[in-house]
Amino acid sequence: MSTSVTYARTIPAVRSRSASGVVRLALIGAAVLYIGFFLLLPLAAVFVQAFEKGVKAYLAAVSEKETLSAIRLTLLACAIAVPLNLLFGLAASWAITKFNFRGKNLLITLVDLPLAVSPVVSGLIYVLVFGLHGWFGKWLDDHDVRIIFAVPGIVLATVFVTFPFIARELIPFMQSQGKEEEEAAAVLGANGWKIFFKITLPNIKWSLLYGVILASSRAVGEFGAVSVVSGHIRGQTNTLPLHVEILYNEYNFMAAFAAASLLTLLAVITLIAKKIVEWKTEKQIATSEAEEYV
Amino acid sequence: MPSILGKRSGSVPGFGLSLGFALTYLSLIVLLPLSAVFFKSASMGWAHFWEAATTPRVLASYRLTFGASFAAAGINAVAGLLVGWVLARYDFPGKRFVDAVVDLPFALPTAVAGIALTSLYVGNGWIGHFLQPHGIEVAFKPAGIVLALSFVGFPFVVRSVQPVLEDLDKGLEEAAASLGATPWQTFRRVIFPSVLPALLTGVALAFARALGEYGSVIFIAGNMPMRTEITSLLIISKLEQYDYAGATAIAVVMLVMSFLLLLGINLLQARIRKYQEVEF
Repeated sequence: MSTSVTYARTIPAVRSRSASGVVRLALIGAAVLYIGFFLLLPLAAVFVQAFEKGVKAYLAAVSEKETLSAIRLTLLACAIAVPLNLLFGLAASWAITKFNFRGKNLLITLVDLPLAVSPVVSGLIYVLVFGLHGWFGKWLDDHDVRIIFAVPGIVLATVFVTFPFIARELIPFMQSQGKEEEEAAAVLGANGWKIFFKITLPNIKWSLLYGVILASSRAVGEFGAVSVVSGHIRGQTNTLPLHVEILYNEYNFMAAFAAASLLTLLAVITLIAKKIVEWKTEKQIATSEAEEYV
Repeated sequence: MPSILGKRSGSVPGFGLSLGFALTYLSLIVLLPLSAVFFKSASMGWAHFWEAATTPRVLASYRLTFGASFAAAGINAVAGLLVGWVLARYDFPGKRFVDAVVDLPFALPTAVAGIALTSLYVGNGWIGHFLQPHGIEVAFKPAGIVLALSFVGFPFVVRSVQPVLEDLDKGLEEAAASLGATPWQTFRRVIFPSVLPALLTGVALAFARALGEYGSVIFIAGNMPMRTEITSLLIISKLEQYDYAGATAIAVVMLVMSFLLLLGINLLQARIRKYQEVEF
């Protein structure tokens, strides 16, 4: 009796497992094909076309004067925008996660606001403020200060589009960490900076790094916002993505893809760095959870 | 005991400095410049604003942008659910690599994605030369815009559904199977309803991103007025003609649209959290 029951129960289970094995293989195959076709093929296309005329031509293209000045400007904008947003991220997350005050949820929502603004509109708002016909346009013109169609405009647009990245990584992470350690240090008489550097910073370092990686990657690759405020003066107000556009529109495809390959390489490095940090933070969360059980 | 020490020495310092800096920076970088769009359009007057925001060329760009974004979101709903499911449920060689590659559209600058996709799908490109003999054209057609928008929106859907599928209680599926449900029935009646809010969130995020997308689209779009000209590009061409009022009117329409979308997404996410709290 009992054997026949087990028999009757195992047969459909075995059959459905082999059927689901086929489904499983088909689904994995379809997913891998989709990723290969839609994501990896464009990646390969960049490098193949960059090296189409050989390594020598490639090196000549990426070391061309205008490409180098585009790289310099891109790095400059990134080097100003990311530290500024890092300071904001630290200040905002410190205020939000260590204190209670009215309008806290509104502040959390406002941090994300730039993500809701499309790249082109992100550039447009600065044209309306600092452009010749904007709020301060007349005053700036009288004092011979150029922001729009010049480097400061590019930096501002980069700051705007990368604004939320670090804060929105830090806020949830610091919320999950609580404030007991900081309060204990305060009771023991440590001052604010000491608490921050000795306790908070070591705790949040991976989360912070994660935000910095995301912000830098966006800062270097931003196109739409920077395009609106740049003025596209070769060798002066062209960032690397804008330089790619100019070369491409001049049908200088090899040089365009050579410049694009630098950005692609950076994107690949970003992905790897992101995965490493994700792995580290998972380990950190896992250890802190394990410590709670001990 | 701590009460003897009093509240002051026990609380963390730095409230005034951190909140003060955060609010000042937020106002200067985000709120003030963003308000300029609304002040500018308010100064236009309603009639002028409406006229600028609804010329035939602008209306055609809305139709194209919304239509292509919607189609791309639909493609991503299917592809994102598939890839999210495979990554959440199955083990296979190279899984970590595939998982990392999903984020590529987030990391790759949009202009690079734009020229790479265009070079693949033009008539003599790697993929284009297979399609051309069959009369299928992708580059410089609305289909190309849909393709670029599906590329940039893809990770949003995967990253929304993947954690939900990982956390899903397998006991429910086993219960359904032991009650005699076929795998398809289990998927439709048990799995799909639980993943639906996350799927909708991901699709809405991809859609919101697509509405404002610029860099990846302009290379493959062809940019013909009335036919393959997206709204973001139209804002730029208005600016290049020094038509600041016209550019601002269109920008306000796009801003209001994405604010409404994000409001909807936040409500959806609140519902997911509520659902998960009840479930687990």
